[in-house]
Amino acid sequence: MSPISRGFHRRHQEEEPAGRVPPGQYVTHDFPVLSAGPTPHTPLSNWTFSIEGAQSPASWTWEEFQALPHETVTVDIHCVTRWSKLDTVWTGVSLDVLLDAVSYTAPYVLAFCDGGYTTNLPVADLTGGKAWVAYNYDGNPLQSEHGGPARLLVPHLYFWKSAKWVRGLRLRDTDVPGFWEMYGYNMYGDPWREQRYAGD
Amino acid sequence: MAGTAVRGRLTWQTATVGAVMDETPSVRTISLSVPDWPGHQAGQHLDVRLTADDGYRAERSYSIASAPGEPVAITVERLDEGEVSPYLTQDLQPGDEMEIRGPIGGYFVWDPTGSDGAAPLLLAAGGSGVVPLRAMLRHRSRIGSSVPVRLLYSARSLADVIYRSELDHEADGVQVIYTLTRQQPPGWTGYARRVDQQMMAEVAWPVASPAPLAYVCGPTNFVEAAAADLVALGYPPQRVKTERFGATGTP
Repeated sequence: MSPISRGFHRRHQEEEPAGRVPPGQYVTHDFPVLSAGPTPHTPLSNWTFSIEGAQSPASWTWEEFQALPHETVTVDIHCVTRWSKLDTVWTGVSLDVLLDAVSYTAPYVLAFCDGGYTTNLPVADLTGGKAWVAYNYDGNPLQSEHGGPARLLVPHLYFWKSAKWVRGLRLRDTDVPGFWEMYGYNMYGDPWREQRYAGD
Repeated sequence: MAGTAVRGRLTWQTATVGAVMDETPSVRTISLSVPDWPGHQAGQHLDVRLTADDGYRAERSYSIASAPGEPVAITVERLDEGEVSPYLTQDLQPGDEMEIRGPIGGYFVWDPTGSDGAAPLLLAAGGSGVVPLRAMLRHRSRIGSSVPVRLLYSARSLADVIYRSELDHEADGVQVIYTLTRQQPPGWTGYARRVDQQMMAEVAWPVASPAPLAYVCGPTNFVEAAAADLVALGYPPQRVKTERFGATGTP
């Protein structure tokens, strides 16, 4: 039984759209930035996206990546720091396209990024039209502080799983914690089950 | 990347409000009595959950303002359009109860017992971003550390400086450098502009042995600029730890 906070009331009567805001979240119209270190700036001429750990690894340069089939999606995103942003518009390459280029059996990936950031995900959460490597936001090239030139977009999980400055995926037979997961954040991160921290 | 992982389930517990202290007209420090607090590191944060009498709940995260070993305290800046911060800074009274859980976060922490424990510290704060850095300063003071520290603190005016009396009496080895971006008192000779690379070059420890460690906390624009300035001065990115407050990231 939670104690009542005497005198505390809901201040924003604006109703959130039903079924779109997970528990403990509030809707923001800004696009807050959260990162653990300085924003890296990798020249596009040095940029590649790689899939490692497959029987046949794959790698794309920026130009090759831009030539892949891409799609524009409108999704809701949910940050573990409690903001949600509805109807965000991204353009990028589906992970289905990328993973179809390699043969693998591993059930997990560790995404790796410029700046040393990593995050772990089950492959099943990346396939089936649920995840992208996005390079446009709202019709414009993705800004570096928001993860440009390209970031992972896995909107059905908390947004730290949508790794900024992503440079590739390492396929793995076992699930190992990434950067925030090592610091006590949840290994999976389902916002609808409020899996913010280890043990949630 | 080695750090102190938070392991095990974080459970909500009831905290009782002790002293409240107004730091500035819009910022208040709230001391909390938490019977089963597991302890924290300087730089960590906690979650607050408020429950209204109609069952409505709101949760927010706040940096811990107190040093390890001190009673838990948070310092909250009022955002007038916010839902939680006006309540915490205006309505809350000693004796009131709220729920908290934590501590959370293990990266933006200063651990003087770690392998980097002797590194000179460069702390850069924008506005209420000073809160976790103040926990580091208090920790340093409490353990009698002699690690040299420079704090570059960007505030709108002197009246907006949080913990001013404490910062003006900091211990040996701690230098506090203010930049007042909007309003300066008569005769002010200090910085009066947003942090830029020249200012950072004048304030930051040179990149030398022993290699300094930087902690940067504040609004996104401040952190982006300060962290980029440090990298441009030669600080390795992995020695610049950041914590950004989004526009509505910490209401």
